Amino acid sequence: MNDPVAALRPAGSGDTGAERGAAAAPTASEAPIPPTPEAPVTTKAPHVRPGDRIFRGLATGSGVFIVVLIGAIGLFLILQAIPSLGLDNVNFLTSREWNTTDPTNLRFGILDLTLVTVVVAVVALLIAMPIALGIALFLTQYAPRNLARPFAYVIDLLAAVPSIVFGLWGLFVLGPVLFPFSEWLIANLGWIPIFAKGNVNVQLGGTIFTAGIVVAVMILPIITAVSREVFERTPTMHVEGAIALGATKWEVVRTTVLPFGKAGYVSASMLGLGRALGETIAVAIILSTATSSFGWSLFDGGSTFASKIALAAPEFNDARSAGAYIAAGLVLFVLTFVVNAIARSIVAGHKEYE
Amino acid sequence: MSTNLADPQRLATPPTFQSVSVNRRIKNGIATALVWGAFLIAIIPLVWVLYTVIQRGFPVILDGDWWQKSMSGLLARQQGGGAYHAIYGTLVQGLVCAVISVPIGIMVAIYLVEYGGRSRLSKATTFMVDILTGVPSIVAALFVYTVWITTFGLSRSALAVSLALVLLMVPVIVRTTEEMLKIVPDELREASYALGIPKWKTIAKIVIPTALSGILTGIMLALARVMGETAPVLVLAAYAPFINYNLFDGPMASLPLMMVNERNNPTAAGFDRIWGAAITLVVLITLFNLLATVISRALAPKTK
Repeated sequence: MNDPVAALRPAGSGDTGAERGAAAAPTASEAPIPPTPEAPVTTKAPHVRPGDRIFRGLATGSGVFIVVLIGAIGLFLILQAIPSLGLDNVNFLTSREWNTTDPTNLRFGILDLTLVTVVVAVVALLIAMPIALGIALFLTQYAPRNLARPFAYVIDLLAAVPSIVFGLWGLFVLGPVLFPFSEWLIANLGWIPIFAKGNVNVQLGGTIFTAGIVVAVMILPIITAVSREVFERTPTMHVEGAIALGATKWEVVRTTVLPFGKAGYVSASMLGLGRALGETIAVAIILSTATSSFGWSLFDGGSTFASKIALAAPEFNDARSAGAYIAAGLVLFVLTFVVNAIARSIVAGHKEYE
Repeated sequence: MSTNLADPQRLATPPTFQSVSVNRRIKNGIATALVWGAFLIAIIPLVWVLYTVIQRGFPVILDGDWWQKSMSGLLARQQGGGAYHAIYGTLVQGLVCAVISVPIGIMVAIYLVEYGGRSRLSKATTFMVDILTGVPSIVAALFVYTVWITTFGLSRSALAVSLALVLLMVPVIVRTTEEMLKIVPDELREASYALGIPKWKTIAKIVIPTALSGILTGIMLALARVMGETAPVLVLAAYAPFINYNLFDGPMASLPLMMVNERNNPTAAGFDRIWGAAITLVVLITLFNLLATVISRALAPKTK
């Protein structure tokens, strides 16, 4: 959408605002019209108008605000998590226990939460990645030109559906539909640990399997949108070269689009992973809480970081108990921060995507 | 295939365009089928979810009471009542969030496009906006909880929810506004500078109006996105089955909160309320999306 306009711009229009402003001043003094009395002053000792100074200050301040905000999120979460971490009677990182009902005897560890969070996210990613790749290729290479935009809009609609609606659909509609299939997997492939009978009632559908599928649907739009943007930038020369060599459609894709867009696709998937790790309410609604700890089965229940916090949040009343959840939130924040930072750095290393 | 090559009637010179081998054609066919299949698979959940919501919720919202009454005084199993209180909550929290986010978001985008250049702060801001985009809504909610409730000692309120939503809305506005400002042609800015107009006035009177339709579209889409967020309302607001106009105090309902709350209600009335609230939320979000399209059409800059 931006490309046609970008193409109309003169070369070097990628210049930054500051450079542009600097370039404008000499142009004004070279103009055939006699310079206004202020003009020489502006070139010698730069006189900044108060309006400019205020506006620039506001804009820069907003930029600083964003940077400070992220720092503040980390800082406040750390500050409020530390006291509770000090009161924790079990190891925070390696314990599977989570009991914060008695503020004088806090016992909370994140091992189970981490495992369930990561497994849900990985299941979602494994399902979403190939499908998103297919959709991105479809929208950029295969779909009829005039239909590509409406089709892309349809995929974006998936992102417009609120996550709570996906959660309710997963629990009440998808869960029961998946039940016979899950039962079959457990009965026939139960000897493989990931298909073993889990710690929750499969009939209710509140398993990691259901949650993973629903989260996969929810992260499809972001992976598709980012991959699509990268695939669209495949140099036309490469594509036309492949066609001229007699390549079939698939060979064109395999030899030009995929190698060019690989890093972008990986980055898009990382962004999707970040979303999946932080997905809150859909997972909170779907996953049944389990009494025993996570046993590496897709048919286990349990809680992710986000769902644990969301379900407990309305009952936050003691600062010490709340601190335990804030500590979990901090881990989630760090996790998503790292995943997103990696995703961005992958793209940042590829100048051809700009 | 080998018999083909050994064909005695084969032409002495091969034809200019050789036919594509069966193997390659099969691979091409499989790839095409897979790519189409991926798209069709993605359509299934979308249609399925929308069908579920419409089939279960549509009868509920046909009742005029749904839009005019709250759940005040109704027992869990009693039919009737409405979502007026929750619709008010969702809209008001969204609008307050927009009022705070829009100026911040637009100013950040202006900084990045017009002032930042390649400075270190500009790079840091871009990076942090990216990170903010990926911050899970529950973390945003917890952050506001730690500042608003435990540090300042204020109570749970609709305003706290709006503040958490700001964290989710600002990056979306920054991104779309930035894209829009970047495609404003430099000639417009240069023409303005040449007339001696200060930079801030150029931005406010030339650049922003040119990009306005895109910016407003982005704001509407961002608003539609935050209205469906559940985690912040869960952490920062308590549910009230009655209308509460007070933004600063007391429990306030919103559509997502109503759904979460009625999930524990196993009766038929609870079922109706969940799906009624779900379709109402989807309808509201669709309206804001449509509004975005209308605005972008109506305000699009005249190119000729």
